[in-house]
Amino acid sequence: MSRSKQTGGPKSNYTSPKRKEGEGRSTVRYRCGLSNTIQDVLHQRPGWIEVKDDCEWDFNWCDVGWLRENFDHSYLEEHVRICHFRNNYELTRKNLMVKNLKRYRKTLEREAGRLEAAKCDFFPRTFELPNEYHLFVEEFKRSQGSTWIMKPVARSQGKGIFLFRKLKDIMDWKKVARQITVEMNTFVDGTRSDDQREENQVESYVAQRYIENPYLISGRKFDLRVYVLVTSYTPLKAWLYRDGFARFSSTRFSLSSIDDQYVHLTNVAVQKTAPDYDPEKDCKWQLQQLRRYLTAKHGRETVERLFQDIDNIFVRSLLSVQKVIINDKHCFELYGYDILLDQDLKPWLIEVNASPSLTASSQEDYEMKSCLLEDTLHVVDMEGRLTGKEKQVGGFDLMWNDGPVYREIIHFENLGSTSLTANTHLGCNNDRQKQLRYLLKPFPGQKRA
Amino acid sequence: MKQWSTVLFTDECRVSVAGEGEAPAPRLPSYGGRRRTCGRPGVRVPAEVMDEGAGLSLAIAQVVRRLKATRLHSQLEREAKEGLRRPDIAVGSLRDDVRRFLAASGWERKLQNAVYRELHVLPPPGHPAASPEHAKEPLAYMREAQAGWERRILKSLNSMSTELGVPLARKRPAPEQKELSNKWNEMGTDEPDLSQFRPVYAPKDFLEVLISLRNPNHDRSEEVGAQSQWGLIQVPLNVQDVAQMREAFADLALNIGQLGIDDHTHVPADLFESEHVRLGKRVVSEQDSAAAQQYSRQGCPTGLRAELWALILNSTNEPEDILNYDQLKAGVIQYDLLVDNLIYKDVKLTASNDDYYFVFEDFLYQVLLCFSRDTTVLEHFSYNSATPPKSYIQGLYGVMCLCVPGKAGEEDYVVVYPPNGVIPFHGFSMYVAPLCFLYNEPCKLYSVFKEMYIRYFFRLHSISSSPSGIVSLCLQFERLLQTHLPQLFYHLREIGAQPLRIAFKWMVRAFSGYLSTDQLLLLWDRILGYDSLEIVAVLAAAVFAFRAENLMEVTSLSSAEAVLADLSTLKVMPLLQIFLFATVI
Repeated sequence: MSRSKQTGGPKSNYTSPKRKEGEGRSTVRYRCGLSNTIQDVLHQRPGWIEVKDDCEWDFNWCDVGWLRENFDHSYLEEHVRICHFRNNYELTRKNLMVKNLKRYRKTLEREAGRLEAAKCDFFPRTFELPNEYHLFVEEFKRSQGSTWIMKPVARSQGKGIFLFRKLKDIMDWKKVARQITVEMNTFVDGTRSDDQREENQVESYVAQRYIENPYLISGRKFDLRVYVLVTSYTPLKAWLYRDGFARFSSTRFSLSSIDDQYVHLTNVAVQKTAPDYDPEKDCKWQLQQLRRYLTAKHGRETVERLFQDIDNIFVRSLLSVQKVIINDKHCFELYGYDILLDQDLKPWLIEVNASPSLTASSQEDYEMKSCLLEDTLHVVDMEGRLTGKEKQVGGFDLMWNDGPVYREIIHFENLGSTSLTANTHLGCNNDRQKQLRYLLKPFPGQKRA
Repeated sequence: MKQWSTVLFTDECRVSVAGEGEAPAPRLPSYGGRRRTCGRPGVRVPAEVMDEGAGLSLAIAQVVRRLKATRLHSQLEREAKEGLRRPDIAVGSLRDDVRRFLAASGWERKLQNAVYRELHVLPPPGHPAASPEHAKEPLAYMREAQAGWERRILKSLNSMSTELGVPLARKRPAPEQKELSNKWNEMGTDEPDLSQFRPVYAPKDFLEVLISLRNPNHDRSEEVGAQSQWGLIQVPLNVQDVAQMREAFADLALNIGQLGIDDHTHVPADLFESEHVRLGKRVVSEQDSAAAQQYSRQGCPTGLRAELWALILNSTNEPEDILNYDQLKAGVIQYDLLVDNLIYKDVKLTASNDDYYFVFEDFLYQVLLCFSRDTTVLEHFSYNSATPPKSYIQGLYGVMCLCVPGKAGEEDYVVVYPPNGVIPFHGFSMYVAPLCFLYNEPCKLYSVFKEMYIRYFFRLHSISSSPSGIVSLCLQFERLLQTHLPQLFYHLREIGAQPLRIAFKWMVRAFSGYLSTDQLLLLWDRILGYDSLEIVAVLAAAVFAFRAENLMEVTSLSSAEAVLADLSTLKVMPLLQIFLFATVI
């Protein structure tokens, strides 16, 4: 069980040497630990065959649990790909994400100054409980009257979340939490050794300043789900998907009803348990729709600035964990970013999911997610059909490649000069089909039509 | 256009209006003849007028009379008086100085826009001896058909009221008023039991009425041959053919930049889009209705559309508009109307189920409920072939009942019901839904919708001979398709899939709810730009042309409907351009 340990120093894959002709595989053996859209996509891909648990595989779409159990004991061949990084929780656990961001912000402040550090102010004030309880109480008292939200760090889909305005509320919670944690002990996964001391007894929570002035559309709160694909952390190479969606809360927003968690959480998983939830009703807009809506209301310049700010969130959050994530050339990861907008059109990072829900809630949703996954596979490129220099693959635009990536726009007035516009098209027209036709060589073994 | 301020203040209706002012004066194209409006942003004022002058001064008098009743008039007066105190105004040249002052302070532009708006809704002056109903609809058989249709609707509404035991109107008890006022912003969270209510009618019921329309003075026996009409609409109306449309919609030609085509990603922004956006900003800053309308012909950029449309419609959102809206809102809170249930039902059936519009449910109630109480909507019945339903309050019990015009007893107290005279049908809320994309405040949304309704949308569900009326649109659609694609038309007709049976629902809603929102707004840009709904008929035909290949293979109405079920992927502008300008006829 020897695995060539690849901590991935700055090797030459930045320049991505052109793959040799014929390196592409005509058959890809895949293993898939999830049963939803991804399974259909893998199944339909020409030349890909599913293998069962014990067999050898070239491509593995596993859940995080599988990875943690098996990754360290397996030898991975050069060409093999797996859909998570070993310690992705540095980004996806709410407490660690904030910790990394805070540290990154400090480094920036030291090295590049206040102004640069201020570009990291896209996450609400957050404290980890119980560790930072005293810091939290201090801040809480300073900001009297504001609303806070408590989230268990290791749970997802809106479970265990509540809002509060009085310290008394979390006193009660602390008592209950101690009882719960006895049952929860088995749940804590992926904790590192330094976590596994006393704190291990209490389930960790984050207390986060609640965004009290969310942007509302027709009185409804919503958040954005955006997909970012990272194919390497050293150097950082990240792709942004053009499609995504805005998830609307089915009830109307007002701060007076803070007990009603259905108003505040826009996770579809939570919405599904609301008493008047109508499964037929898909409370989502495609991002294109949202972008058009915002443009109609605020003009193009404002909206372009907003989307630049959102790009900034992706890049900064990834850079904040770049040094701690164990890079491995076998790994790639598709993240689901949750972004909230406030009334001043400032975007806030709520959280990052390493296993974004791929279960489709409607036909439209299914199509979007299938395309997303197909394009993920195109980028991962098991078939060896890319040159490695692409800036767009299907619906994915290369957003960061060891530095910002710019579009090549040639201006007509001054021919030849290129302007520096970021190569991102979130919420813009997704011309993936045309682009793919133009880009991809036919699958190995397939004849060009 | 200086003259307007003169006219407004002097009562002299001199015939010195048309054309020569520095601002784009509304051109006065012919009305009676079939060469209509579309040379410049058109406004319908009678043709003979140009030469005679008498009719024009009549029109001016009418506009002046209407404007004198507005707040703008008193504002202008006040401003003029204020202006007198200025040092640069001399007694000797008082008139000119005040006028110059009003022009410089932007009031003249406001007046121009107001005049322009009045010209849009000015009913075409008829012969002095003609009856008022002639102004509503010149053709007697159309009037009769409309009246018959109204009788049916009223009967159905009355029987709904009796069967369900729901009064046409009732005052809400105080606690209920309070509750409604508390949840004004979230009316959609309410789930009243509406299973008993059915929409009064759906577009397909209305289509049957249009199909049965006949002109009793028209001998159809000679029509066999080249002239024969294969379609369902069998009335002789003069609709434009492709050659005429090309002239009328010249600004849609292939060599003219269009938003919806020339702003696509593969076209560099510098070629058309940037310049068009720059121009759009200038139009907005100039605050000129006529220029905005002309501009809209090439499409409005998403970021400017809300302002441009409000400008075209002269929907200024003054404090009085807000006050007016609040009064209507109070009316909703105080009284419960039977039609409210129809509105609720319609929103639940249509917009709430729509992938895009579900978010706006609350806005739709806030607009539609207020709309039903707005008695200023009644004004548009002077040029709408429809007549607002009357109801009388019977005897001591105060029971309201709808009645056919002229049938109420003299002692009964007669009121219009609903107060705005418009009975919503299945799909009505889709006239509002796309506008929610543009306006945040219900009040602004309301005034834009109301203006859109009294200029355009009412024509889509009343029987009239107007070129923008639904009858003409149907006929135009059928003619276009028959000339363009006779084989397709013949095939569909043979398998029992008359094209109009499929296209009718699109046209009644001006495609709202069928196209994706961005495409729909591009289409409505052109409706506003050309001040005409004819483009809707062209698009319907273009959709058939676009899917012609698949349609030739179907063998039944249902499979033809399936081919045309999803229009959300269509790109409107290329379809229109190709159909109008790139097809050999």
